[in-house]
Amino acid sequence: MDRPDTPHTDEPLVAETQMERRSALAIWISRLEGPQTMGRGPVFWATAALVVLAAILYPLFSNPFAVGNSAYFMVWTFMAMGLGVVWGYTGALSFGQTAFFGLAGYAYGVLTINFGAAYGFTWIALAISVALGGLFAMLIGYFMFYGRIKGVFVGIVTLSVTLVLETFMAQTAGPQWRIGEARLNGFNGMSGMPPLTIPWPGDAIVLYPGVGLYYVLLAMVVLCYLGLRMLLNAPFGNVLVAIRENPERAEMLGYDTRAYQMLSFALGGALAGLSGALYTAWGQYITPSSMGLTAAALPIVWVAVGGRRDITATLLGTLAVLFAFQSLTVYGSQYALIVMGALLLFTVLLTPDGLIATAMRWLGRTFGGAKR
Amino acid sequence: MTEILSVSKLNKKFGGVTVANDIDFTLHAGTMHCLIGPNGAGKSTFFRLILGEHAPDSGTILFRGADITRLRSFERIRRGISVKFQVPGIFKALSVRQNLDVAFQHHLHGHNLSSTVKRVVEFTNLEAEVETPAGALSHGQQQWLEIGMAVGVEPTLLLLDEPTAGMSPDETRKTGEMLHDLNQRGITILAVEHDMAFVEQIATQVTVLHFGRIFAEGTIAEIIDHPGVQEIYLGGSDE
Repeated sequence: MDRPDTPHTDEPLVAETQMERRSALAIWISRLEGPQTMGRGPVFWATAALVVLAAILYPLFSNPFAVGNSAYFMVWTFMAMGLGVVWGYTGALSFGQTAFFGLAGYAYGVLTINFGAAYGFTWIALAISVALGGLFAMLIGYFMFYGRIKGVFVGIVTLSVTLVLETFMAQTAGPQWRIGEARLNGFNGMSGMPPLTIPWPGDAIVLYPGVGLYYVLLAMVVLCYLGLRMLLNAPFGNVLVAIRENPERAEMLGYDTRAYQMLSFALGGALAGLSGALYTAWGQYITPSSMGLTAAALPIVWVAVGGRRDITATLLGTLAVLFAFQSLTVYGSQYALIVMGALLLFTVLLTPDGLIATAMRWLGRTFGGAKR
Repeated sequence: MTEILSVSKLNKKFGGVTVANDIDFTLHAGTMHCLIGPNGAGKSTFFRLILGEHAPDSGTILFRGADITRLRSFERIRRGISVKFQVPGIFKALSVRQNLDVAFQHHLHGHNLSSTVKRVVEFTNLEAEVETPAGALSHGQQQWLEIGMAVGVEPTLLLLDEPTAGMSPDETRKTGEMLHDLNQRGITILAVEHDMAFVEQIATQVTVLHFGRIFAEGTIAEIIDHPGVQEIYLGGSDE
C-alpha cells in the first residue's frame, strides 16, 4: 500500500467533550436519515410523501370493504416492524412474536369487556396491552439473553413460548376460565369486546373497520415507522447492528450486549402487542390460533421477503405479502400457505436480503439518492 | 513506576489441561510489554482471562489497584482496558465510519464524535476508505481499523493479540510506529506477538510464557540471550 507514514501530533485522538449546540429535537429529526435505514435525500422523502398522500386519498376512490381490509393489513405491520428490529437489526430470530401478539390481544379483550369503552378507556386498554406485551417480552428476553441463549435456540425458545400459550388458552373453555366478566372461551376464543372508541361531545366515535379506523391506523403506522427510523439511526440502533455483526467485539467496546438484546426484544414484543391489541379491537375477537404455529411462521415470511435489515423494506414487504396472501386465499387458491412457503424459499435462496430491499438498493444505484 | 495491571496466582484449567499455572505478572503504566511463547503456551488464554471472557479457577487480577477478577468484560472495558483481537474483530458489513461511530458513541456525540472519527481515520491511514465496508479492506487495514476502534474507549491499557499477523513488512513497520505513537499518548500496551523483529521494534519489556507458566521476564536483550528461551522458543542454540 502506498501510504504516508503515520503522522504524530500531540493532539489527543479523542476529542475533548464540548457542548452540543443543536437542540434534542433537531438531533432526533436528523436521525430520520442514517446508516441503518435505506432512503435519504429529497427524492426519497418526496416519494414517501406521495405514497402517504396516495394512502390518504385512497378511501375517496375505493369502497368501504377495501378500506377496512387495508386497515386490517396495517394492523399487522407493527408486529412485522418489531420482528425486523429483533431479527433484522439485532440478529435474534424470534419465532414467537405471536406470543406477545396474543397476550396483548387477550389483555385488550379482558380489560375492555370488564371496564367498557367509556371515557376513552379503550385507548388506555390499548396502552396497557402494549405494555404487557413489552414486559412479557422483556421477561423472556431476560432469561434468554442473560442466560446466553443465542442463534437457533432463540427461535426454539420463542416458538415454544407461543405454542405453550396457544395450548394453554385452547383449554380455557370451561366457565371457571373467566377474568371478571370476560370468558376466555377456550379454542373458540374471546369475543364481544368494544372497538377502539374516541370520546366525543355528543356521541363517541366508534372505530369499526372502515374509513375512521383506516386513518387512525395510517397515522399510527407513519408515526411508528418514523420513530423506528430515528431510533435505529440513533446510537441505540448502531449498537444493535454491532451486536448482530459481532457480539464479542460489541461487548469489548464496553456495551452490555445482553441489556441491548433484551431491550430490543422488549421493543419487538411491545410492537407485536400493539398489533395484537389492534387486531382484537378491529375484529372484536381473539382466538388461541393467533398464537399457533402457522400464525407464528407468517411474520417471518413477511419480514424475510420484504427485507429484514431495513425497516422500510420490512414495512412495504409486509403490506405486499399480506395483500398477495389474502388475494390467494380469497380468490380461489387453497394453496396460499404453500405459495408463502415457496416465496420464503425463493427469497432465502435468491435474494437473501429480501425482495423489496434488493429492489430498493437497485433503484438507489440506478437513480441515486435512495441508497443507504 | 505505577502498577497498572497486577495478576497474582492466576490459575485456569480446561478439563485436564492447565492453561494458566500460578501466573504472577505485573505491568507498569506507560510501558510497551510483549508476551511471547510457543504455540499453546497460554498467551491468548491469559488475555481472555484479563478481559473476563474466561473466569479463572483461582487468583486475582487488579487493574489500577481495583480487583476486576469477577467483573464482566464490558465492565472491564469501561474501566479502561481495550483489546484488538488476533482475528480482526470488526463489523464487516458496516463502513469504516460506522465501525468507529459505534466504538466512540459511548461517550461522544455530534461534533465531538465526528471530529474524533476524523482524527482516528487519519491516524490509522484510512482516509480514502471511510465509506468502504470494513469487510472489503485489506487484512492490514482491518487490523488498523480495529486498533482505531480499540482506542475509542479511551483505554489506559491496550491489549493486542498478534497485531501484525498476516501483515506485509511495510504494514508491520507502520503498525509499530502507530503503537509507539499511542504509547506516547499515555496508553500502556501489552501485546502477544510471534514476530521477534516486531517485538524488538516495540517492546521495552518481554515476558515468556510456557505451558501456562511465566518462564522468563526481562528486556528484549535479556530475553534473546536467555538460553532457556532460545531452547524452547527462539530455535535453540548450536552449542
